[in-house]
Amino acid sequence: MIFIDFLLAFVIGGLICVIGQLLMDVGKLTPAHTLSTLVVAGSILAGLGWYQPLIDLAGAGATIPITSFGNALTTGAIAEAEKHGWVGVLTGMFEVTSSGISAAIVFGFIAALIFKPKGKVN
Amino acid sequence: MVIIFKTKPSIIACGAVAGPLEKKSVFYSYFDSVVEDERWNQKTNEQGHAMMIQEACNIIMKKANITNNLDIDFFLSGDLVNQMTPTNFAARELAVSFIGMFSACATSVSSAIVASLLTELGASKYAIAGSSSQHNSIERQFRYPVDYGGQKPETAQWTVTAAGYALIGKHDPKLPSIVAGTIGKVVDYGEVNPFHMGGAMAPAAFDTISSHLKKRNQKITDYDLIMTGDLGKIGLKILKAMFAQTGAKQEELDIFRDAGAEFYGEDKSFQSGASGAGCSASVYYSYIEQQLKTGRYKRVLLCATGALLSPLSFQQGQSIPCTAHAIEITME
Repeated sequence: MIFIDFLLAFVIGGLICVIGQLLMDVGKLTPAHTLSTLVVAGSILAGLGWYQPLIDLAGAGATIPITSFGNALTTGAIAEAEKHGWVGVLTGMFEVTSSGISAAIVFGFIAALIFKPKGKVN
Repeated sequence: MVIIFKTKPSIIACGAVAGPLEKKSVFYSYFDSVVEDERWNQKTNEQGHAMMIQEACNIIMKKANITNNLDIDFFLSGDLVNQMTPTNFAARELAVSFIGMFSACATSVSSAIVASLLTELGASKYAIAGSSSQHNSIERQFRYPVDYGGQKPETAQWTVTAAGYALIGKHDPKLPSIVAGTIGKVVDYGEVNPFHMGGAMAPAAFDTISSHLKKRNQKITDYDLIMTGDLGKIGLKILKAMFAQTGAKQEELDIFRDAGAEFYGEDKSFQSGASGAGCSASVYYSYIEQQLKTGRYKRVLLCATGALLSPLSFQQGQSIPCTAHAIEITME
């Protein structure tokens, strides 16, 4: 049932965002702290081997939120460590995540070239 | 703390200008001009901020038929940007005797107190006093750059883009006159959240208003209006609750209003209301001055509130010290 997949993605992804909102509203964390906390949480879950089952269950509901970035960091590090030993921990972290990081830099650069930030005027 | 001005310096003319979003303000029709571009057609927000101050001063001079800058004896002004460069740069263009004043958002009144003192001394014929704020540059200074798009809680307030200035000179019985002023002390109830300024500042306003009333031997009902600067909706509630605790009745509490709480009306997208050094200044030196002139109010107490924090101090976990300064204005 494809509908169940959509529903799970919606609910799990939404719940991750609820945690983020609670960190800001109740935990009084700044947006930057909230972001880092979720990345670290994703990374720890990946280390415990719990993030992949979450992706299998929720699909994009688990891969779109920023926790997935933490997961990618850890997963990459473990995979490369198995091949190349301890150096792999360092190289592996950015092997999987390099596309995301490069995309952020390149698109950020292009956006900064084209647009001028404006406040709310109406 | 209370200063009685025996010569009753008058507010000769006022100039209030605001940015494009301020068209939504309930006080919009009282402003002298509104500019369509938030940067005042300048390259940066800060340059626009300085231009806004110059424009308010030009409006004042035009209203008072002053053609030469040199007829202005003193310019007393402040803003919230680091080292107050917008005010300093505007003062460079005005080229008159100038002291930069910082009481955060209470500068609208602290500058008027100093201007009144200089007038009372006979040292000044014309002094321009006031303050201003520009949304983008102040949000970047104290919270996040506007383009970062950080979320705000409902206690947060919206920094206005506005400037309000008053020309203070010798007593004129046909004009609103400053009869007394109270310089507030710094009060700190331990609030650490920079998104809850109203709550932090309410005790300072309470302290200044109570001492003003006590030293002047007045009751709340001696005033037609007691208007605080930028406590916002939540801060105003806290202030009223503090006065209610001292036994103030509902009809007395109704005399209290707050410029920030009313500024954007009931629009929820501005959370608890407006704030910024330009908030109280633009309301006091447009709407309030005009209401006094028409005779709707005979005696008002304007109590501008200021949060004396820096971005560094709250990142280091320090609480927010607050102050409030008040002037009593009458119309004969």
